[in-house]
Amino acid sequence: MRSLALALRRHPEWMVAAVLVVAVVTIGLINPVFWQPANIFSLLRASVITGILALAVLLVMLSGGIDVSFPAFAIAAMYLTVRAMVAWGFDGVLLPFAMATAIGIGLGLVNAAFVHYLRMIPLIVTLGTGTAVRGFILGVVGTSQINIDQMPPLLINFARQDLFTVTQADGSPAGLSAMVLLYAVIALLVHLMLRHTMMGRSIYALGGGEEAARRVGFNTRRTTFFIYGLAGALAGFAGLLHGAMIWTANPRDMVGLELDVIAAVVLGGASIFGGRGSVIGTMLGVLTLVVITNSLIILGVDTTWQRVVVGLIVIAATAATAWRDRKRIA
Amino acid sequence: MTAPLIELRHIGKSFAAVRALDDVSLSIGRGEIHCLAGENGSGKSTLIKVISGVWQPDQGEILIDGQPVGGLTPRSAIAHGVQVIYQDFSLFPNLSVAENLALSSELQEGRKLVSWRRVRRIAAEAIAKLGVDLDLDALVETLPTAGKQLVAIARALMSDPRLLIMDEPTTALTGREVEALFRVVRDIQSRGIAVLFVSHKMREMLEISERLTVIRSGRVVAAGPISEFDENKITRAMTGQEIAAEGYRWNGDPRGKPLLEVAALSIPGQLENIALRIMPGEIVGVSGLLGSGRTELALTLFGMKPGYQGRVRIDGREVRLDSVQEAIGHGIAYVPEDRLTEGLFLTQTIDRNMLVTSHDRLSRGGVMQGGRAAREASGMIREMAIATPTGDRPVTQLSGGNQQRVVIGRWLMNDPRLLILNGPTVGVDVGSKAGIHRKIRELAQSRGLGVLMISDDLPELVDHCNRILVLHRGRLVSDTPAAETNEAKLSEMLGALA
Repeated sequence: MRSLALALRRHPEWMVAAVLVVAVVTIGLINPVFWQPANIFSLLRASVITGILALAVLLVMLSGGIDVSFPAFAIAAMYLTVRAMVAWGFDGVLLPFAMATAIGIGLGLVNAAFVHYLRMIPLIVTLGTGTAVRGFILGVVGTSQINIDQMPPLLINFARQDLFTVTQADGSPAGLSAMVLLYAVIALLVHLMLRHTMMGRSIYALGGGEEAARRVGFNTRRTTFFIYGLAGALAGFAGLLHGAMIWTANPRDMVGLELDVIAAVVLGGASIFGGRGSVIGTMLGVLTLVVITNSLIILGVDTTWQRVVVGLIVIAATAATAWRDRKRIA
Repeated sequence: MTAPLIELRHIGKSFAAVRALDDVSLSIGRGEIHCLAGENGSGKSTLIKVISGVWQPDQGEILIDGQPVGGLTPRSAIAHGVQVIYQDFSLFPNLSVAENLALSSELQEGRKLVSWRRVRRIAAEAIAKLGVDLDLDALVETLPTAGKQLVAIARALMSDPRLLIMDEPTTALTGREVEALFRVVRDIQSRGIAVLFVSHKMREMLEISERLTVIRSGRVVAAGPISEFDENKITRAMTGQEIAAEGYRWNGDPRGKPLLEVAALSIPGQLENIALRIMPGEIVGVSGLLGSGRTELALTLFGMKPGYQGRVRIDGREVRLDSVQEAIGHGIAYVPEDRLTEGLFLTQTIDRNMLVTSHDRLSRGGVMQGGRAAREASGMIREMAIATPTGDRPVTQLSGGNQQRVVIGRWLMNDPRLLILNGPTVGVDVGSKAGIHRKIRELAQSRGLGVLMISDDLPELVDHCNRILVLHRGRLVSDTPAAETNEAKLSEMLGALA
């Protein structure tokens, strides 16, 4: 028991990997439709946006904070960008994504300023900025949804690309979205940053103890601004990608998504007390959450139960990490 | 004679109106183990911060190798070879031993990328330098305190210091770990590195240091080679008063009605057939090694081991102590060993911490009577002589000794019959310790309170109890009047049991 706890503390990824395998095998046994390429590909596609947002939350959580403002930032970046494109009659891919990312960075730096200079609790800061940004978008920029007929075509076509297509047993084609590759590349970059740069290690150090980090000589201000800036960038990027993937820019989208994303990150082994967590664990957590919630339909469970499942996953995953970390608190 | 490694001349430092250091002079030679002693609040920490460049002195000068160094900063102090190991070690619990060791040197070299191979190499060198065995891949949080301390020492040694300052390094260590630490310290010394050992534990100072400086209220009150000191002299210097070590004698009637009578008390695997009596006004010491059942005995009497076998009588009446509420109802009070985690509500005020066990008594119809509560709390603050202007200060602002008085005072408000103290003076400095002992004696004598005092500190038991029990593997193996035993006999007995 003790060595198991120790191994899990070192590599919590194994726990979520085991949960994922159990979930996949169980669901596959109940309904073999699960194993059809179309279903697998659609699950992978569905994990892209949650996954990128989860990376943002992971960064903040590693440093000992928690972020609930990212859905609002994502929607703000997406809606402002698409509205601007429509208004100026501009179509393209790179420039819009650069703009959405920049908006996300700007908003993230506001979070950082509050957290660093006013020593405020990140949860409260991000609750405030998230709510304010959402209100600003709806009140000042607009409430109308931009539908497929108005969405810039190049943007939509970008998100529609498939990596490859296979023909299923019944003859219908199933394609794997290229956005999955984009997500994988972003995740790899974040992983390399966390694991192999001093900036990445300073995030872990900050989560381990702010005072100790300062004494060792880390510039905690720079680290804090980097964390929230990068989290904002990821949120802004994911926001526009989300709009492009669903062909709609809805300023009321992503409400309540923060819980799903935080659930996925905690499920992936990140500690809500900071200092612990990994990109691979987070990706597994996201996939597990997406598999379980999306499979309720093919299991014949009413979709309203999705929220119950998400809530239970948050509690179970947090209980598991609390059990793992109990020695530290005791 | 060559100039000493570091010399402080007439250092003065004030914060607002408080004079933290006043005309302090101190010199440390190369490779010397120097002990800085003083009670909490004596100015020890301020002095460390002046030497390590955190604070600039208002008066006086600091010389290193005979050269004045003005305007010392943390960075320049490190450059001069001064390293501080703080009490909390400043380690990252979530990172591996290797990374904890390598981080600061990687940072100082201005690296942007991390090579894990280099991190391991740096860490392995640091560990080898210290000559100890540590798992480089272990997370620091999984190490025991002594292991964490070794990591902190290894990290400090990496920058080739010439003076290593250790702030209360033995606080959380067991006796054996202290011995191991001393070996490491002597080894460090043999390489010509001076060590400034900050402590308030007498025996340790006498054992490890070559020279001693005692400060009190910001002034040096005694200094010299350790051979000029003994325990009494150090205590006198630290506290400024003579602390009488006269044993506690109980003069009650041995045929009177016992306050507590325990017969055939057993808990399978923990306690075996314990029989004991405590008369009113007795202070009974309990000694025993870890796992002897002494804490279990205390917890049983406090109602935390329901389902025990055996009989307990209080004032001659047979009672069952199957819950804390019942135990409190029968007048039993328990002050736990670890007051920080078990005894105090750290985020709350002194008053609230005092009143927490009196809520039922002080409320009418479920509503707390504020005026009466405040009066009783401030009365107890006075009675226990707790050093605070008002009771609405956070309890965390108090020193260890004063916090312990809050916990004891809290129980006295309910007029207990039996007070169980587990390690009453652990982490409390000498002056406060004497105050607590005085108070306990007074309570036993004037109120007829029975006291059961569990402690590792043998002199404490010998000096302040009238009877000493020794437990071993759940059995009561000895019950001796304190007058017939002494520290040496007790420690010999415990040694034989180990």
